[in-house]
Order: sequence, then structure tokens, then C-alpha cells
Amino acid sequence: MFLASAKKLRSFGIIGMNQRNFGLISRYNPRRLYPLVDDKLKTKLLAQQAGITVPKLLGTLQYQHDVRLLKEILQPHDQFVIKPVKGSGGKGILVITEVEHNLYFKPSGDAVPLEDIERHVSNILSGLHSLGGKPDTVMIESLIQLDPVFADYSYEGIPDIRIIVFRGYPIMAMLRLTTHASDGKANLHQGAVGVGIDIGTGEALHAVQYGNPISRHPDTRKTFAELTIPHWDKLLQLAAACYEMTGLGYLGADLVLDRDQGPMIIELNARPGLAIQVANAAGLAPRVAVIEALAAIDPDPQSRMEFSKRQFKQNPPAHQPRMARTRSDDS
Amino acid sequence: MHLAKLRLYILVALIMGLGIGLILYKHFALGFPLSPDDQKPVWTIEARIDFAARGDPVIVSFALPPKTPDIIFIEEEFASPDYGFSELISPSGRRAQWSKRTATGAQTAYYRLSLYDTRQKSGVDAVDLPTEPEKPEFDEVLKTAAITLLDQVRNRSANTETFTRELISTLNSGAPSQNQSLLLNDQSNEDYKTHLIINLLAMEGISARIVRGLYLQDGRRRQTLTNFVEVYLGGEWRLYNQKTAEIGKPKNFLIWQRGDQSLLDVVGGKNSQISFSMIKNVQSARDLVARNSMNQQAGIIDFSIYSLPIEQQNAFKMILLLPIGALIVVVMRLLIGLRTSGTFMPILIALALIQTTLLTGIVIFLIVVGTGLLIRSYLSRLNLLFVARISAVIIVVIAIIASISIISNKLGLDQALTVTFFPMIILSWTIERMSVLWEEDGPREVFIQGGGSLLTAIIAYLFMTNRTIEYLTFNFPELMLVNLALILILGQYTGYRLTELYRFHSLERRNVSS
Repeated sequence: MFLASAKKLRSFGIIGMNQRNFGLISRYNPRRLYPLVDDKLKTKLLAQQAGITVPKLLGTLQYQHDVRLLKEILQPHDQFVIKPVKGSGGKGILVITEVEHNLYFKPSGDAVPLEDIERHVSNILSGLHSLGGKPDTVMIESLIQLDPVFADYSYEGIPDIRIIVFRGYPIMAMLRLTTHASDGKANLHQGAVGVGIDIGTGEALHAVQYGNPISRHPDTRKTFAELTIPHWDKLLQLAAACYEMTGLGYLGADLVLDRDQGPMIIELNARPGLAIQVANAAGLAPRVAVIEALAAIDPDPQSRMEFSKRQFKQNPPAHQPRMARTRSDDS
Repeated sequence: MHLAKLRLYILVALIMGLGIGLILYKHFALGFPLSPDDQKPVWTIEARIDFAARGDPVIVSFALPPKTPDIIFIEEEFASPDYGFSELISPSGRRAQWSKRTATGAQTAYYRLSLYDTRQKSGVDAVDLPTEPEKPEFDEVLKTAAITLLDQVRNRSANTETFTRELISTLNSGAPSQNQSLLLNDQSNEDYKTHLIINLLAMEGISARIVRGLYLQDGRRRQTLTNFVEVYLGGEWRLYNQKTAEIGKPKNFLIWQRGDQSLLDVVGGKNSQISFSMIKNVQSARDLVARNSMNQQAGIIDFSIYSLPIEQQNAFKMILLLPIGALIVVVMRLLIGLRTSGTFMPILIALALIQTTLLTGIVIFLIVVGTGLLIRSYLSRLNLLFVARISAVIIVVIAIIASISIISNKLGLDQALTVTFFPMIILSWTIERMSVLWEEDGPREVFIQGGGSLLTAIIAYLFMTNRTIEYLTFNFPELMLVNLALILILGQYTGYRLTELYRFHSLERRNVSS
């Protein structure tokens, strides 16, 4: 069978695109708050104010004539990441891990001359990667150092952890591992591996690549069974705190573990995708329903994190009685 | 939330109701057909009046057919050289009057009428009450014969209806009795027989009148009017065929004149003659109704697209198809879940396909986008600023289009000349987007989105070129309201998209096994 039955999917609580747009995004994310997360500089600033660790900002470029300053900005750094401030879905991100004789090297080992980087920056400024093609700003960040925990699970890139935070409660999490196919990017569309993570423990549950279940990393051949994410409580707490930071009721927080600085937030997303359900082999709807049923939202991220850990822990205890409906179905 | 949803449903119901209501009104009250193939026979009848003038002042008065709701007169023309003309309306009906101070020799006047039947039942006006029948003056012999005949007929009938029918069939019987022969007086004159029937009915106290009409038969010439008897029965006038005694108006019979006024009066002329000829042709019912409604200034039509000049009407024909395309895009994206490059680009491609025809259009589209992508990949190496690059792509696209036109012209492929109908700026954007997509997400994504766009465009094209849909959107712009209501409802759909059933199909298996 190529198609799943809609009835079964509904009974598992899988949320579809239409319901996500209608019942989650348009209901819990006021449009005026979007710029806070669509503009990565603003997000960074907010996070810093909230005392959350973020990758260090090395510089920004706003105008085309700034492009010639690029060399100067990059001069002191061996490793850096160039990002469009308003890019989405990991578009336009260029990672440089090594500089040698005026040649810049990507994680894959490909050499990039300065002119190519300048053109890339110029494209970003022209709005090639921004929503609606609006003029954009370039930000240059320090490179995140791979935590040794992931050394066996990543290929030419830094894995990140996507946590869905609903009304301040982390409800689902997924580890995105870079692969050869994904060109070192943690983008599931391009072939990165998505690993569902138990909210209760930080242990790996399931893994998928291109929507199909796998048990080993396709490049390193390492099984996911013994994978447990360290600093799990801290990661959950950081994600939970993003609710106060942005006011968005339904958001996807992208976090990374830095070898030296520990958990940090790299990006927030007001329209997080649905692939996380495939990686977890579970639907969002029952978890959304649990949170929607709460009379009040706990103001403390710490206790929200505790609540989520108890509530969404996978095994044991056995599953909660499934409430496959969100509030939108009742009205 | 509940309230908002209720409000939306009420709004949808209102819009939908208004749209459907207007469509039904136009269909049933104004007669707009729902199918483009609906055609109506249109009769053109020409009455030719000939007479010889004597050199005196001439007045020709001619009875015109009455206007009834079941028959629409499209056009009436009166022609006669050098005659003054006026149309008179009297209680007994309309009359045409031609006049001239002096005329000699053979004269001719024409009256031409085009009409069609609305096939609506028309109730005969209640005001048209009969007068008390006048007792006819017969001489003794005839009177005796008449009374005897009436007695026979009365015995064989049960009521006025059967009496009238029996009387007419008796008078028409093949083996006439002595009484009948006496009454008919060996005159086979139509008018005489009609008046005899009316008189006999009057003796019985039944009101009746003469009706003259024309059998409409295609291609007939030199026809004359046929007489019918109309009898007042149980509160309404009933038409009787005076030859067969059949009741009711025959099909394709046009009532020309009611009552005993003359059909034609000529003062100052002699040997007057009148003959009718007629032809039938078929016209689109839509055109007839639209024209008639315009003439009657039916508000809804008078303030409609029909009131615009033809050129603008043609533009609207296209514009009114766009909502159909939008609906297709909504369905494809929300229900099917197809990814397209650019939300409404498929509609623009579909519009271009309408101009180029399907196959040619697709081939041209693929050639232009394919070549464009090749050249664009070279441009990306030139290290250009973004705006300059997209502008360069526009010029490249125009160059491709020009070369396609020229080459195909040389090769004698006329269809490819329609390439100019493709929106060039949109094509350039498509090429630029797809090329970026190729670099970032790989060729797979390009084929998914490009294919999705093309598929949506083809489906939109098939709908937009459907004759019935084209006809309905233009002639019933109210359909837009129905369309709007549908889109509002679809905007509420929170179920799975078809592609999501595939996307999540592995979940189903795993959940079953666990």
C-alpha cells in the first residue's frame, strides 16, 4: 500500500499540513511575532537578553558595497558560518571549516575561493534566500564545535536538535544528523537522518531517512540504539524558555550541543514542519491535546520541562490513553 | 471559535445562496439556457401585400399579430417605398398603416417579423371577457335546418365542450345530411364556415369568435391564414380547429388576429392580396435571451457584462475564467498537496496554454525553461548581482522565444508562433527560482515542483477550456459567488492532503506493528 488510510492516521494523532496551518500556526502564532524569529539577528538578541547561549556573532553585512569588507571581517577567523538573516529552511547557509592560502574549505573538503563567497554574500543581500525575495542581511557566526557524543553519528556537519514547544511545553523532539547525502546539512529534505528522541529521557527512539525507517547511520554505520543526548534537561529547558522569549505558542526550537559551550539555540521557527512525527513514529495531536487541556500555563520553564518529561516519557509507563483530537476538532 | 465558525458558515451559505439564486433566476425567469448548445428555432415571417392603386389617396391597414408572453418578437420591419407608416394600437389589436397621397399601378407593402417561442405557458388574459353572443339572423329555411342540426348535435353531446366538438365534426362529415348542405350553402369558403359555426354556437348561447393564424412551416411561400374558432368555455377561451374539431393551439401555429376585424383594409386600391412566406433558422438561445433581456432592460442584464462593448466582453471572458483556475490551485494544494513553484504561476501557464493549445504549449514551455536553465547555470558563474542576473534571464527568455518563433516560421510550424503568449517575466522568475532550487535542493525538487506546476496548469487548462464551463462563467458571472463560497469552505479543511497519506504511510505500518 502506498497510501495510508486517513482514518488510521487520525487515530494515531498525526497532524497534517492543513491542520497545522489552521489549528496550530494561525491560532497560536500571532503574525506580528513572526519577525522575532524570521529575523535571526533579532532572535539572537532576544536570546542573549534572556541569558540563553547562542553562537558568537562575528559580523554582519547589510549593503552590497560592504561585500568588499568581507575579507577583512573573515581575516581573523579560521572557521565560520555565513547565514542569511531572513533565510528559511537552512537555505543559503555556508559553512567554512578551514582556511588555507586564501582558499576556504567546506566541511566536505571542497575548496571555495573568496570570489565565490563574495558572490554568495551578494546573493543573500539581494534577497535570493529570503521570503518574498526582500533585501536581506548577512550574518557571520562562529562555527559550532562538534560534541564528541555525536562524533559517530554525523558526517561533515553539526547535528541539531529540533524541539517542538507548544505553549511553552516541549512536546516532541528530533535529532537531525548530517549525512553525505545531505551535504553536511541538517536538512531532512536533502537526506539528513531524523532521529526521534524520547522527551522523558533524551534517548533515541526511531530513525528515518527520506521518510523510511533505518537503524544505522548510513555513512558511519553506527546503530542508534545506544544514542542518548547529554544535557537533555538543559536543552528542554532552553527550548521551553523560548516561549517567554517570543510569545509564539507553537514553535520549533533548533538547538545544538557545542563541545565547549554546551547547549545553545541557533534558530527558532514559527512554522515548524511535520517530519518530526515521522521520526518519532508518533502524532503531535495527542500531545497538543494534553497541553490544550491544561487550565493554566506554568510560568516557570523549569517546571514546564518537568511536566513534559513526566507526561511524554515513552517507556515505561505505557502510553497515555490517546486523545487523538485537538481542540480545533471540537468547535 | 465556535461563533467565528458559525459566522463563516452563515456567510458561505449567504454567498452560495445568492449565487445559486441569481443563476436560477436567470435560467427560469429570463430563460438563459444552462448549456451552450441550447438553440432555439427562429421564424422569419414575411407578409406581402399587393394591390392596384387607382390614383387616389391610399390607406392600407393591416392587422399585426398580438404580443404574448409565450412568443418573443425579435424584430419587426415594415417596408414600402414612399409610403408613410405608423403603427396603431387599438383595443382590438395592433395594426400597421401605410398611407400615400396618390399612387397608381401595382403597389406592394412588406411586413417582416422574426420571432421565437419561449415554450412558456401563457394564461389567456382574464380581462378578455366575451360579450353576450348576438342571435344570428337566419331566413326561415336555414333557421329550421339550423335548429334541427343543433338538436341532433345536442343529443349526441354532454356539455358545451363536447357540443362544440360534435358540431364541428358534423359540419365537416364526409357524407353531409340535407340540413348540413343547406347550411353550408355549397360554399367551401373558409370564412363562411367559420362564421356559420360561430352563429350556430350563438344560437345555443355559446360565445365564440374567429381566430386567424399561420402554420409555421419551414420554407413555405404564398401561405394564407387559417381560421380557427375560439370558444369561451368554463371561464377561458379554447381554440377549436374548425376542420378536425381538435381542441387547443397546434404546435408551430402563430395566432395572427382575434375577432372579427378585417385582416387587411385597402382604401384607394383594388385587387388587394396578401400572402405569407416564412423560413426557419436556428440561433443560440443565449444570444436571443441576452438580446431580449437587454431590450426589456431587465436590471440584472442591463447592468451586466453584456452591456460592455464586445472587445471588453471578450477580455472578461478570459478574466472570468481565472476564478476557476484559482479553485483548481486551491484544490490541488489543499486537498491533493501538490507542490508548485509559485502559488498562482500554474494559472498563468494555463492562460498561455489556452492561447497556444495544449501540446504545443507544453513543448514550448519545456524548451524555454530547459534552455533557460542551461543558460542560467552559465550566468551563475559570471558572478552577477541578483537584479542584474534576473534581468539577464528575462532577456535570454525573450531571445529564446524570438528564436523559437523564427525557426518555427522557417520550418513552417505555425503553431509555435503562439510562443509569445507566454508571460515572459513569469517564465524568467520560474527559471531563476528553479535554478536556485536546483543548486540548493537538487534536481529532484526541481522536477517535483516543476511537474506539480505543469500538472496543475494542465488541469486548470482542461477546466478553463471546457465549453460548458467557459459558457457558464461568462453568462453566469454569479458562479463566482458559488466559487468563492467553495474556496471559503476549502479554506476550513483541516484534514490530510492526499500526498500526506503517502508521506506518513510508513507511520501506519510501524504503529500497527508496535
